Parts: sequence; C-alpha cells; structure tokens
Amino acid sequence: MAYSKKVIDHYENPRNVGGLDATDPLVGTGLVGAPACGDVMKLQIKVNDEGIIEDAKFKTFGCGSAIASSSLVTEWIKGKSIEDAATIKNTEIAQHLSLPPVKLHCSMLAEDAIRAAIEDYKKKQKIAA
Amino acid sequence: MIYLDYNASVPLRSAAKEALLKTLAFVGNPSSPHQAGRHLRSLVEEARTEILKGLGGKRLVFTSGGTEANVLALSSAKETPVIVSSIEHESVLKAVEAPYTVPVLRTGVIDLEALEKLLTSFERPGLLSVMLVNNETGVIQPMKEVARLAHAKRWKVHTDVSQAIGHLPFSCEDLDVDMMTLSSHKCGGPVGVGALILREAGHVMPLIRGGGQEYGIRGGTLAAPLIVGFAAAVNEAIGEDMSSLKKLQQKIEKALPDAIMYGKESPRTAHVACIGMPMVSSDLQLMAFDLKGIAVSAGAACSSGTMKSSHVLAAMGVSALEAGCAIRVSMGWNTQSSDIDAFIDEWNIIYGARRLKEAS
Amino acid sequence: MRNRPIYLDYQATTPCDKRVVERMLPYFTEDFGNPHSRSHAYGWSAEEAVEAARSQVASIINADEKAVIFTSGATESNNLALKGVAHFYKDQKNHIITCATEHKCLLDSCRRLEQEGFKVTYLPVQPNGLIDLEDLKAAITDKTVLVSIMAVNNEIGVIQPLAEIGKICRNAGVFFHTDAAQAVGKIPIDVEAMNIDLLSISAHKIYGPKGIGALYVRRKPRVRLLSLISGGGQERGMRSGTLSPALCVGFGEACVLAQKEMASEALRLKALQKRFYEEITKELDEVYLNGDLDQRIPGNLNLSFAHVEGEGLMMGVKELAVSSGSACTSESLEPSYVLRALGVEEEMAHTSIRIGFGRFTTEEEMDFAREKLVKEVKRLREMSPLWEMSREGIDLKSIQWAAH
Repeated sequence: MAYSKKVIDHYENPRNVGGLDATDPLVGTGLVGAPACGDVMKLQIKVNDEGIIEDAKFKTFGCGSAIASSSLVTEWIKGKSIEDAATIKNTEIAQHLSLPPVKLHCSMLAEDAIRAAIEDYKKKQKIAA
Repeated sequence: MIYLDYNASVPLRSAAKEALLKTLAFVGNPSSPHQAGRHLRSLVEEARTEILKGLGGKRLVFTSGGTEANVLALSSAKETPVIVSSIEHESVLKAVEAPYTVPVLRTGVIDLEALEKLLTSFERPGLLSVMLVNNETGVIQPMKEVARLAHAKRWKVHTDVSQAIGHLPFSCEDLDVDMMTLSSHKCGGPVGVGALILREAGHVMPLIRGGGQEYGIRGGTLAAPLIVGFAAAVNEAIGEDMSSLKKLQQKIEKALPDAIMYGKESPRTAHVACIGMPMVSSDLQLMAFDLKGIAVSAGAACSSGTMKSSHVLAAMGVSALEAGCAIRVSMGWNTQSSDIDAFIDEWNIIYGARRLKEAS
Repeated sequence: MRNRPIYLDYQATTPCDKRVVERMLPYFTEDFGNPHSRSHAYGWSAEEAVEAARSQVASIINADEKAVIFTSGATESNNLALKGVAHFYKDQKNHIITCATEHKCLLDSCRRLEQEGFKVTYLPVQPNGLIDLEDLKAAITDKTVLVSIMAVNNEIGVIQPLAEIGKICRNAGVFFHTDAAQAVGKIPIDVEAMNIDLLSISAHKIYGPKGIGALYVRRKPRVRLLSLISGGGQERGMRSGTLSPALCVGFGEACVLAQKEMASEALRLKALQKRFYEEITKELDEVYLNGDLDQRIPGNLNLSFAHVEGEGLMMGVKELAVSSGSACTSESLEPSYVLRALGVEEEMAHTSIRIGFGRFTTEEEMDFAREKLVKEVKRLREMSPLWEMSREGIDLKSIQWAAH
C-alpha cells in the first residue's frame, strides 16, 4: 500500500506521543478500538478552567494510518475548546491525510478517541462537582 | 532458416523482448504490498491500461494464453446454450460439451442466415463465439453483423481476436462484442500469457481460483515480465503498416497460378495464405519445404502428435482429399520479400517434380 | 541507505536466477517456434527443449518424466488436481480431505467443489502447524477420492509428514495430492518413496520464471483427471495451450540448480535462520515463533511481536521487503487464516511478520534486517498503549474492548 506524504511524516515523527496522569481530574482519557481488530488508540487530554484543551497525548497500536490519524488529532485539538474539538469529523482527518478507502476506519477511530476522552473528562468533572 | 509459420507462433518482437528482459530484472510478487511488489504491480497495471487503450473494452483479465482465455469465456456460460462457428480454434470447440455450431459458407464466411435461424430456435439467450480472423485462411468474419443478430436476441458475443491484432483495425466497441480473447505470442509477445477483455466490468465464472488476483476471476501469481512484454507487442502490432504484407500475399498468388487459394474471394487479412497444391499431399510438401529450411504448416499446430486434416477447410466444404493437399503460409513483422521468393521457388520445384512424375 | 530494499519475501516469489535467465534468453529470441508444430525444424528444437526441461523437472521429484504436465503455475496445478480428479471420479466417490492451512487457491477450489455437491473435510492443525495423522486416518471413508495436504506451508514454512500421509493414503486406496510449491528445491521430495500421486510445482518459487509450473500426475497406478483447459490437446490431453519453450527451459534449469545446490544451501540458510531467531529473541521480549521450529524449511521465520501491529511495523522497516500474512491475501486487512488455524489469537496474528530468505540472502543482510526490526519494534512499543498496559501488569483480556 502506498502511503501519502502526510501519513509518512506523522508515522516517522509522531507528535505528542506519551501519556498524562490519568488520575488528574483535569485529564480525560479515551481508549478505543480493540487488539483483535488490529488497532487501539489511547488519547488523553488536559483541559484548563476555561474549557480549553491545554495538552494532548496519544499512544496507538495499529498501522501507519492509525498512528498518523491519532498524531494529527492531538495537533488539531490542542488549544481548542472541548466543544470545538468535539466537532472534528473523521472525513476531515481522512481528507487531510489522503487516506485510501480501506483505511477510513482509522480516521473514524481517531474521531471516536476524541469523543471518548472528552466524555471521560466530563464524567470526572461531574463527580468532582 | 525461413520462418513462415507466424500463425503458430510469432517471433518475439524486439520491443517486447526489451520490455520483458527489463522486467525480469525486478524481483517481487505483484501482489505483495511492499515496494518491490508495488513496483511490479504498477508495471502490470500500465500494461493492462495500454492494451485496453489499444483494443477497447473495460476490464482485462490476464491468463496463461489464448486457450485459457477462450475456455474461461465459454465455460462461464455453462448453464446457458452456447453457439460456436464451425471454424473456431479447438479450445473454443471443446470448451463446453457439445456446443451448437453454425456453419460457414464455401467462402469461409459465417452463414448469417443460418445463424439467425439458429438463434431464433432458442427460447433463452446464451453465448455466441465467433473468431474475428480465422487462423488457417485469414478470412475476416462480419463481426458487427454477427453481434447485431446475437444482441437482438439478447445473446452475449465472444470473439477470439488472437489472429487479428495488427492485421486489421478494430476495437471491442467497434465490433460490439462482449468478450475478446487475446494471445500474446500470436502478435509477437512472449508465449505463456494472454487475456480476456470484457466490454463491461462484469464477472465471469473463474476457471482457476485462488489468491483473489484479477478481480477474483483468475487466481495465480501475475507473470509481470510476460505481461509487460505482451503489452509492448500489442502496442507495436496495432501501429504497424499492413500494406507490405498485402504485397507479399499478392506476390504469392500471382506467382502460383495453379495453386488453389482458400478464402480468396472473401475479406481476408494479408498475413496468411492457405494454399492447395493439386494432388500433392501436404505431408510431402512440408517435408520438402523443411529440407530446404522453410517452415510452413498444414492446418493448425495445436494437436500434438497427430496431423489431422483441417476442420476449417472441411467446414468450407473442401473434400478431405483436397484439404490434404493444403498448406498454410503465414507472415509477420520480420518477413522479407526474399523469404517469399524462396518459398515460391521451392513450391514450383515440388509441384514441378510431381508433374514430371505424372508425365513419366 | 541502500538503493533497493533488502528482499526478504522469498515465499511470495524468488528472484529469477541469472543462470536461469541466460539459459532462457536464446528461446526468447533465436529459437522461436511453436513446440507443437510438427512440420518444421523450428518446432522440433522447441519440442526437444521442452522435453529436456520436462525430464529435469521430473528428476527433482524422482518422477517419470511422462507424468509431468506443464501448467501456468502452481495455482493452476492445484485447481487442475482438485477439480480434475474430483470431476473424473465423481460417479464413484465424492469426498475430499484437505487441511485448514492450505494455500488460498486450494481452499477456493474446495469451496467450489462443495457448491457442486462434493463433501470436503478440512483437517485442523496442531499448534505447531502440522496435521495430526490420527485425524487424517479417522477422516478417510470409502467415499474419499483424494487427500490434498500441502508439503510446506507458505506462511509459516512448516513441513507436513509427507511419507506418513502417503502411506496412509496408499493403504486406504485414496489418491494423495500435495501442493509442493514451497517444498521443491528446498527439501528432498520423492514421489515414489512418499507415495505421492499428484504434486504441484511453481517455477518462480525456485528461482525460475513466473508464468509456468507443473503438475505431476502418477501413471502407475494411474490417476485420471478431467482437464480444466481443453483445446489443442497438448500435455497428454490434460492441459491445452501453447507451451513456452523459454519458460520450460528456465523452469528445467531452475530445477537442475536447485537439485544441485539444495543440500549446501539448506545448511547455509539453517545457520542464518538460527542466528536471526536466537539473536532477536535475546534482544526483544515477547517475540513468538509461529509454527514448528524443527519441522520447518530453513528459509522461513514467521514471528509475532507482541503489541506491535504488523502492517505498522512493515511501514517502519521500509528498507526490508517482508510481508505480513501471505502475498496473495494481503490485499485484505484480515489477519492470517493460517495463524488463526494454529490457534494464534487474533491480536497476536495482527502482530506477525513473515521473513523469507534464500539463495541470494547474505548474513549481512539478515543482520541489518534484524537490527532494523529490533529498533522499530522498540520504537513502536513505546508508542503502543497495549505494550504500556502489559508492562503495568494489566491483563488485556480483562478489558471490555469496543469492537468497531
């Protein structure tokens, strides 16, 4: 399979690999996918008092497109409000990375990861409040 | 050695040889996803596009040759009636058990009236297979008319164009056929590869399964060097000037007034002459030509072992005795005028010896 | 940086040996002719070349040359063996036994035969990839016409117990076909000693050209089959179509070379295999070998690198031409059915890489490949949430994964 330049760039120089303290009430963690399906994404966000995503980290088990999709979304959501981040669509990710049809599920997974992280953050905030 | 048996196998064209050897240098399986495989795959796809551009049609499935392509085309119609012309290649005649046959006229041209009648006799549509150019006589079949009659009854039409590439201009769309068989080595490409072209991107029942290559229609590792050589040959063949062979054909016919030229009255390609030498058996002629280093043939070359008399001439109403005296001269891209001179001289010597014997 | 990637995909195809190319070249140019033309010397020399090649092919499997049929490749040979035999004997017998890890083309032929009303038993394999002979014995009935078990698996390189299978089949009066595309030239094959009745070979898997293969069809006791490609009646009526003298000659030469060099090459490759496997398991944790280590051809390793996805890994080692899963099926992203049949879990199957090496692979290349793989696996594991979780002692199976 031929990968686009952008996929290769993110795969070779992934942005924001790593983790945040999952016990921090300001951190939301999303874990999506399944090992049996061949891809798992962990996306973590740290949200400040104004509801802005200050930091984002990821780890991904999967093909180059999955790694690139998750790397890309960490770049995109940093500095965005959680409301804005939640509007990111898989189609935008796929288009930006020129993913072929068989790889569209990678972009869907990245979109799911954002939502799951935001949800986790909101859940924690509710408990704290 | 003078080679005048192009219809059995055309010598490899240099463009095809070059393309083949260049591709042979690359390692990899065109179905492998790594760089090595992808490179070969792109060469295969270029070849596919090139052939489709030259001959029309939408989908091209590579096979091991014309025979396989014919069997693939016909066996997909196992459940429906199959009609073939009586002068088809053996691979078409034997592809399905007991196909219906449509006769040809004495001219070697398909009997359109009989075809129409036969088509009308079926309640449900099936598959009709008629070759564009006959391999023994070079007679060109009126494919457009054949297709018109068949399509009017909703039949599908297959044509074997193996002997036509480079000898007359045509395309899948012009001929209005649904499937076309191509053979690489009959147009100067390497032996061991051929193709079935489909007018629509539909499916046919696979003959050789596995691996999912070729749209699931034909399994097996793609022989990239053969395929690339094939495309180069097709490309060169269809761009060729056909007038020089016409001159050679006319030269033979003018030089041999006693000879019987089968199919002469019909539209015919320039690269073949089916020649009867009165009262001299073709076996005897072939031996004599071979001793002089001239390679010609009697009938088709396919039946290994036995030399059967031609079913094509028989279908044209030629008696077995007469057909047994016919040989085939076939020419192509590398045939020289001097080759034909040598053939004519030898023909006259053989024929002269026979007449001398008769006189004594 | 190298210009061309290191080729480590010898089970997908092998480079055509220069000596083979040289032998073929004259037949691509000077010695043209249709080998079935009986009327002139061009045809004769082509025919002689074809017949010489036939006996070279026969020799490498210790067969009668008259029993060797040329085809377009192992895929066609497999299709012909299965469908040809099944169709010929269909009035007496209707049962076929094969195995779950066979090549796709064989399984596809079986599925087709099932649609036509034949019964097919798919034997399971043990975790080491080999069939259990007791399973085979138990599966044979008086309706069984053919047992088809591949000699060497294309993904994991394991060698099935051919002689034992042959003996069981002969005693039961059942034909034994083996797809030996990955075996011929790699391990000794003897159709007499092993009681093999039909055997498929591919030229391009043994450093010969693509586009040609062969099917061995035993003459005594005679095996009969219905042809797949009918027409001119070449190849004793079993396979019509013009033969390519060039390809036949190349195939024959490839067999001669393979036969001559098999023993020494096996030793050399075995050493490469051993060194690679021992070193990589020293340098990395949680690397698993798929398939038996001993009952295996020397030119194959199939490894699972836990918590690193295979396709992602392949992208990281672009200097290496390796494959994840088999070349024929890698157009889909499903994990390998062969590994699944061994009982390898789906997540592990996703982490596997096949390393295929052979005649032109050097020790230096193998070392380079290993270093590259180690480096990339480490990098991707640092990026892998699964690796992180397993290091933290989390049981991945305890997690409710949302399949998508």
